[in-house]
Amino acid sequence: MNEQALLGLADDELVLGWRDSEWTGIAPLLEEDVAFSSIAQNEIGHARAVYSLLSDDPDALAFDRALEEYRCAPLVELHVLEWAHTIARRWLYEVADEIRITTLKDDSDPAVAGLAAKIDREEAYHRMHAEMWHERLRDEPRFEAAVEELWPYALGVLPPELRGELVSRVGLAEVEAIERGTHTEELAPLWEEMTLVRRSAPAGAQW
Amino acid sequence: MSVWEVFRRERKGQPLEHAGSVEAPDANFAEAWAREQYGRRGESVALWLVPRDAIRDVEDWADEFDLKYRRVDGYSIKARLKEARERAGTAGPG
Repeated sequence: MNEQALLGLADDELVLGWRDSEWTGIAPLLEEDVAFSSIAQNEIGHARAVYSLLSDDPDALAFDRALEEYRCAPLVELHVLEWAHTIARRWLYEVADEIRITTLKDDSDPAVAGLAAKIDREEAYHRMHAEMWHERLRDEPRFEAAVEELWPYALGVLPPELRGELVSRVGLAEVEAIERGTHTEELAPLWEEMTLVRRSAPAGAQW
Repeated sequence: MSVWEVFRRERKGQPLEHAGSVEAPDANFAEAWAREQYGRRGESVALWLVPRDAIRDVEDWADEFDLKYRRVDGYSIKARLKEARERAGTAGPG
């Protein structure tokens, strides 16, 4: 797998980890608050592991790039502090991510394949969580509408050759994807916040 | 929503101990939430989830005849031991 695709995966995990962590302390149920925050933290851990494959300084890769250099999919950038949309995104992302990670497990680079297998073992719990919520909300009109709205974004998580499987797993017709490579307006405020501490630290600061 | 009592085993071979509870709409949610609250930092090797409704609660104990002499802590021998030591002329531990 090429470096840009790995960077895309890491950026997806970092940014979605950030977005999901916005629920910490305000999720609809206390138990879910703990679980959701834990999943968000895991995603950031996966980002860190992939950045570490790509660079000796994963922090620099995570926080020192310009906004335009991020390779995340528009799906993860959206600021959706509404539970139906949040769960719709989580579920769509997990289905897409499973397809992506499965191909990565067969990567010719053993370091990439090994890391993909490790990430996949943890993602199994995320999928269990997402599937459980999907089962519970699937017939709710608000949830269905959220899935439809996010569907073009979800397709954009995967490269075109992997989208067929996502289409059959999700059961919606293929539409034009909202592609990776351009950013939504919602990434800029997140980038500001995410990189604030690094940008404000004096040169050579040690943490 | 119903309450599930969570028991956890900290290490292999140790008994399960009550850890706390989760309130969840079904067994799957209870499992997911219990995993995150009682297992995500490796603090448990096993969890049991028990619906609170399945637990028979026993907490009333009749003690009309003051049966505390049946318990070790209900029977003080300190004063008698002291007397016995004095009779025997040996000093006790104080």
